Amino acid sequence: MKPKKLAREALAAGETMAKAIPPRDIFGERRRNFFLFALLFLALTWWSSWGTEFDLWSAFASFPKALAWLGLNFIPSADSLQYLPRIGEKLLETVFVSITATTTSAVLAFALSLFSSKTTRPNAWVALVVRGLGTFLRSIPVAAWAMIFLFSFGQSPLTGFLAIFMETLGFFIRAFIETVDETSESSVEALRASGASWLHTVSQAVLPSVVPQLVSWILYMIETNIRSATLVGLLTGTGIGFVFDIYYKSMRYPPAGLVVLSIVVVVLLIEILSNRIRRSIQ
Amino acid sequence: MNQPRIPLRKPTASSFALNLVLTGFLVLTVVGLFFLDSKKADVGQATLKALDDLRKMLFEPVMEHLNWTEAITQLGVTLGLSFLTTLFGAILALFLSFFAARNLGNVAIGNVLKAFVAVVRAVPTVLWVLIFAIGAGLGAVAAVVGMGFHTVGYLLKAYSESFEEIDSGVIEALKASGASWWQIVFQAVLPATLTALLSWTFIRFEINFTTAVAMGAAAGAGGIGFDLFMASSHYFNIREVGFLTWLILLTALVMEIIATRLREANRLQG
Repeated sequence: MKPKKLAREALAAGETMAKAIPPRDIFGERRRNFFLFALLFLALTWWSSWGTEFDLWSAFASFPKALAWLGLNFIPSADSLQYLPRIGEKLLETVFVSITATTTSAVLAFALSLFSSKTTRPNAWVALVVRGLGTFLRSIPVAAWAMIFLFSFGQSPLTGFLAIFMETLGFFIRAFIETVDETSESSVEALRASGASWLHTVSQAVLPSVVPQLVSWILYMIETNIRSATLVGLLTGTGIGFVFDIYYKSMRYPPAGLVVLSIVVVVLLIEILSNRIRRSIQ
Repeated sequence: MNQPRIPLRKPTASSFALNLVLTGFLVLTVVGLFFLDSKKADVGQATLKALDDLRKMLFEPVMEHLNWTEAITQLGVTLGLSFLTTLFGAILALFLSFFAARNLGNVAIGNVLKAFVAVVRAVPTVLWVLIFAIGAGLGAVAAVVGMGFHTVGYLLKAYSESFEEIDSGVIEALKASGASWWQIVFQAVLPATLTALLSWTFIRFEINFTTAVAMGAAAGAGGIGFDLFMASSHYFNIREVGFLTWLILLTALVMEIIATRLREANRLQG
């Protein structure tokens, strides 16, 4: 008799509970959530504006004024063309430093990613260490790396190279681990089943299947790094960033505009070339 | 007796292009090495000093020119700058992305917007901030507007691509049943892509934090980046640089963990 009584009691309890819970008001909840979300954002906006002394209205007001001013004063004049050889020389330096930093860090990152990818890692601990190194390198902004290497390497292109190298290495470690994980699993398994050694597996299965993807990442990073190199150059007094800084601080705006224009041209050219290369290798 | 070798891989047009590209990289890298002038520094000694500096930074961080309250406040300023940039950038990008997405807007307008974004993105953020500082003065306004350019460009691309991934059948069915453009956007497009949009926006917030640190150091935008610049270029105090780097590093780590969670939630839903 006891189990039956229990069941009856449970049923009764269930009924009273069902009566106690009203049906969910989904639209009301959604509205409330939206309202709370909006309130939170408004509070954050107000707090940020107060903390940073940001004035929305002055931002709106200054925007058209600044654009008009730019149109009048930042246009490279015929006079500023005399600076072109110097700009070209420094831009070339910046582009080459960016490319070298990207490719060398890609080689190291690929070697490291083999120790961390699920398909090729020797053991889980090494994998974790490599992943941690990537996160560490990536989480320190490139500006901080530049300030750090300024201590030991001084104002030289090598400082910029190292700062970009570190940042890119961190980014590539994560990207390459994911690429190796995604693209090479089945071929690695097949080779391993046939008794191939680790080195053979890497050179015959992993490398051919991931190289197009890696090249795509490298092209992307070269483009990004030319912009980073401008920033690093400003901080370390080298390359195109330094040239801009000189014209900017001495208020020679037309040549400064010419610097901006030449960066735009070079970056766009590299982007177009990258897209062509991507299409032809895939 | 020699056996004839069977070629393992047939050379194709794309493998030829790949070899060409890889050779190109090699040549450019070797040429680039000649640009790596170390000026007066002796590379061997400098490397040893860099390693020693890294050790001091990581294991002996100190605060000398600021206290905890100031450090946290400055970190808050940097976070505030990145929040404002992300917020205003996201609003503008969302508005524009309705016109840029191929399945919602006009193809011609979309192409114009994409070309415009390509040019805007080609200019480094630091130059945008410095250019706007002439008009608006060094400070938060120039930083937010300057950093906003890349934010809008990035989010515009991310948002419009998210919209383009929507099943075209849904939009067609709504169109067939007589729904207006606004109804399609608010009842189908936005609810379906909300998690993806939020996740992209947060990733951009993460990037903007790093950018805001850099703008503090290079363009006088204030915040923790400016302290970093002072510690390095004025006080020459590697241990204080270490402390500030730790602060930035830990903040970035927390944000990356949140971003990874968001991306996973996004993958489960999508």
